[in-house]
Amino acid sequence: MTSSSGYISSTPALEPNPTAGPVLEVEDLHVEFRTRNGVVNAVNGISYSVDQGETLAILGESGSGKSVSAQAIMGILDSPPAVIAGGGINFQGRDILKMNEEEQRQIRGPGIAMIFQDALSALNPVYSVGFQIGEMFRAHRGTSRKEAKQHAIELMDRVRIPAAARRVNDYPHQFSGGMRQRVMIAMALALDPRILIADEPTTALDVTVQAQVMDLLKDLQRDTGMGLILITHDLGVVNEVADRVAVMYAGRIVETGTVDDVFTRPAMPYTVGLMNSIPQVEAKGGRLQPIIGQPPNLARIPSGCPFHPRCPMARTGAAAAPDRDCVADLPPLRVVTVGREAACHYSEELLNG
Amino acid sequence: MAEPRPSGASVPASTQTARGAMGEALLEIVDLQKLFPLTQGIVFRKTVGHVRAVDGVNLTLHRGETVGLVGESGCGKSTVAKLLVALEKPTGGTIRYKGEDVAKMGGRALKRYRREVQIIFQDPYGSLNPRMTVGDIVAEGWSVHADVAPRKGRLQRTQELLERVGLNPDYVNRYPHQFSGGQRQRIGIARALAMQPEVIVCDEPVSALDVSVQAQVVNLLEDLQDDFGMSYLFIAHDLSVVRHLSDRIAVMYLGSVVEEGTEAQVYGSPSHPYTQALLSSVPLHEPALRGQKDRILLQGDVPSPADPPSGCRFRTRCWKAQDICATEPPALIDRGQGHPAACHFAEAREVVPVEVAE
Amino acid sequence: MTDQQQEQSLDPAQIEVDVRTGLGAPSADVTEGRQNSLWSDAWGQLRRNPLFWIGSFLGVFFVLMAIFPSWFARGADPRACSLTESKQPPSSAHWMGFDQQGCDYLANVVYGARTSLTIGLLSVIGVLLLGVIIGAVAGYYGGIADSLLARLTDIFFALPLILGALILLRVGPSTGLPILSDRGAGAVAIALSAFGWMTAMRLVRSQVIAVKSQDYVAAARAMGASNFRILTRHILPNAVAPVLVYSTITVGVLIAAEATLTYLGVGLQRPAISWGLQIENGQSLLRTAPHLVLFPSIILSLTVMAFIMLGDALRDALDPRQRS
Repeated sequence: MTSSSGYISSTPALEPNPTAGPVLEVEDLHVEFRTRNGVVNAVNGISYSVDQGETLAILGESGSGKSVSAQAIMGILDSPPAVIAGGGINFQGRDILKMNEEEQRQIRGPGIAMIFQDALSALNPVYSVGFQIGEMFRAHRGTSRKEAKQHAIELMDRVRIPAAARRVNDYPHQFSGGMRQRVMIAMALALDPRILIADEPTTALDVTVQAQVMDLLKDLQRDTGMGLILITHDLGVVNEVADRVAVMYAGRIVETGTVDDVFTRPAMPYTVGLMNSIPQVEAKGGRLQPIIGQPPNLARIPSGCPFHPRCPMARTGAAAAPDRDCVADLPPLRVVTVGREAACHYSEELLNG
Repeated sequence: MAEPRPSGASVPASTQTARGAMGEALLEIVDLQKLFPLTQGIVFRKTVGHVRAVDGVNLTLHRGETVGLVGESGCGKSTVAKLLVALEKPTGGTIRYKGEDVAKMGGRALKRYRREVQIIFQDPYGSLNPRMTVGDIVAEGWSVHADVAPRKGRLQRTQELLERVGLNPDYVNRYPHQFSGGQRQRIGIARALAMQPEVIVCDEPVSALDVSVQAQVVNLLEDLQDDFGMSYLFIAHDLSVVRHLSDRIAVMYLGSVVEEGTEAQVYGSPSHPYTQALLSSVPLHEPALRGQKDRILLQGDVPSPADPPSGCRFRTRCWKAQDICATEPPALIDRGQGHPAACHFAEAREVVPVEVAE
Repeated sequence: MTDQQQEQSLDPAQIEVDVRTGLGAPSADVTEGRQNSLWSDAWGQLRRNPLFWIGSFLGVFFVLMAIFPSWFARGADPRACSLTESKQPPSSAHWMGFDQQGCDYLANVVYGARTSLTIGLLSVIGVLLLGVIIGAVAGYYGGIADSLLARLTDIFFALPLILGALILLRVGPSTGLPILSDRGAGAVAIALSAFGWMTAMRLVRSQVIAVKSQDYVAAARAMGASNFRILTRHILPNAVAPVLVYSTITVGVLIAAEATLTYLGVGLQRPAISWGLQIENGQSLLRTAPHLVLFPSIILSLTVMAFIMLGDALRDALDPRQRS
């Protein structure tokens, strides 16, 4: 359960974002896991921002650090071993990481909510779903038990759980996977968050149910104007629901831009590789062109560009331009064309060639 | 479009058994059924009902072809896999391998069947014994089926197999946990390959892998089929991967096959409402295609296989359902769409947008 | 498919093709530096655990004492006694004083280690044999075999270890059975195993059931491997870790149980030398010569503690839930 337990404050609903700036800004965030076998650099300086009503997709494979950054925002990192080694997280202009724990709770509880991939383990099996949804109101708003239940029914209606009034007293195991995911969404929405972080919300669901849940999220976002951070490995989901995308690799953002730009003309060989790796459903297609090799071990990230051992374009030694040796020089995330950033020494060639 | 195999994707399914080009029918599944009893009590178990995991599946697998079996979780596709490799006994129906009923096989015939029909599992972590070296895992089958590889030279054979699946042959003495998910899946493939199988049942072999690694394994499976000519039954829920690999495809819903045909037929002119809904739900990853398909959003959830609806299983979620659907289960026959679909009101419909020129 | 075909396709040219397509490409080797196996990880964890070092120091100390008692007895013979020294308290020459018969007590306590450890190890072996065999059969075959064996275990569980062993040892001599009737170390070990195997059985059974559902077991079954092969190659090696932890702790428990039985008068008989016997003899003299109870008790406690600490440390190291 993300935010239902532990919040004892009774913060009133947050004011709508006063300025037009981004609701959430992550700046140069570093997260590392200090384990017996050494330091694992899970997130190495990522920055992104989400505006009101916007959907930002964070696309990456397992071990790219995409979930860890979200856990850092929510303050639910397992620490130890995880340590936020640097950077800032600004929510409505205030740095959460500089606040004390109580202040953080007051901000996060009603301001930022999160839903997880595995709804079954995120819900408490011994309480009815109505109680768990209602707990958000009781804990944060001091609502009475009866009223909380009424709110719970309204929320269950809103996430389109059929016969909400009848099912409010059912327990999580009595719901199907898709319905459980809706229950979790209802809990997340209870306090009208400004930012909803969805960590692989549909990965565990079947495609037909997945489509229902993604539609629901889109509609809810339109109604409430919240910002949505969608963490996923599924390029199709990104394409269908996100406005902008940040591609992560080895704990770094390696490319950002609008989904249309990034998916039609990738500026980073890793993104190209991803696009070429997936078969299409609309045609049988020819042979797939996988990215060679394996994703990097975060305890031993390759020198220079972390992608260079797998990159078909990697240049080193005499072939490389000065200060742009893929094996030695880490490419910074830089603007490559209007509204787009990529962390590759040779993005322009990819874009123009 | 470079098609690696000349496996006749355009030949209609109905004529397939008569054709010689595809090769003989290796596996014939007829009316396959598997019920799991629901029991109560600890010492004296009382059967209170049945989960109809597989209920009337018909499928034929020819030599050298790939048949894709798609469906959502709980549709019984993994149970079909277990039945095929004789990990479970069917409750009803028959599986015939090279014309012989597997249920009636004894001793030697069954042993040969177990060698010739291999399985690759979904979970790359659970499918390899953590206490055995990679070499021992790959070579284990040879101690059961000693005739496949002479005792002498087994190590060399193992190394050749590892190299063939794209692993460093010097890794024979390493343990599974020293490998990443994709590498482990290759070890599982090498283990199956060591038996020189005729059929490999692939139970979601790439579902647990990262996108970039998934493509490597898909390509490996294709290459191996080109080289060794074995048949695949490829079970997955990822419709794109199934289309990419399969010559023919069967769509399962709640224990039975609802539509069957070549890859082009099932994806190009899906005729069962469930297939249409399924295909329309797949998110496309090309911005140009976004919003170009009709979305068919299904209502509700899959009913429990312990208590399936009468008549057509899909009727509870179907927008075409009529009275007849509740009383009469639709047969899996061709109703004029060129391939069989189990729907009284089957009607071909284009759901997936046609590929844009690249 | 013939062997020839298989051979053909394994030729280097083919592999080269795959390397070009990116498939057979030698990957960026992420496996290097991840050479740790379960046991080497466990060792890494153990090394940092002070409990392990205390436990193994004591354990080695007592094992050495059991094998080479003369190294520790300071030259004294446990059976060379002189009544004039009866119940002498500890002195610098005789660290533990003398017992009622005037025998050097240090030598007696030292020589007692062999009996205790022998019985501890023998009965743990017995417990393991019974527990692993019954547990593996019940867990692997399930069904009726499991139901029957589980009930049998429940029946044994209802009987406390000491009470069961006590009855068996009491009736032992009248049975005329070879080892049981002579009331030696073997008889005590048999009695302790016969009533101490149930926890091991349950542990093995639950482990076997958990491992049985793994895909690699399914893979071996699908390949046609025999039940025996599956059990010995796949299931038991993966089920063994918790059992090992349990048996280490149990050595200590069983050593204590032996002392209890002997103290109650049904275990070892004189002239055997054992801590249990020493405590029993000493108790009547507790007021006049408290050291006769004190020293064997301390040594007994230390031995039991050593094994329990080792077991605890081992459990911490092997329990994957405690490792991230």
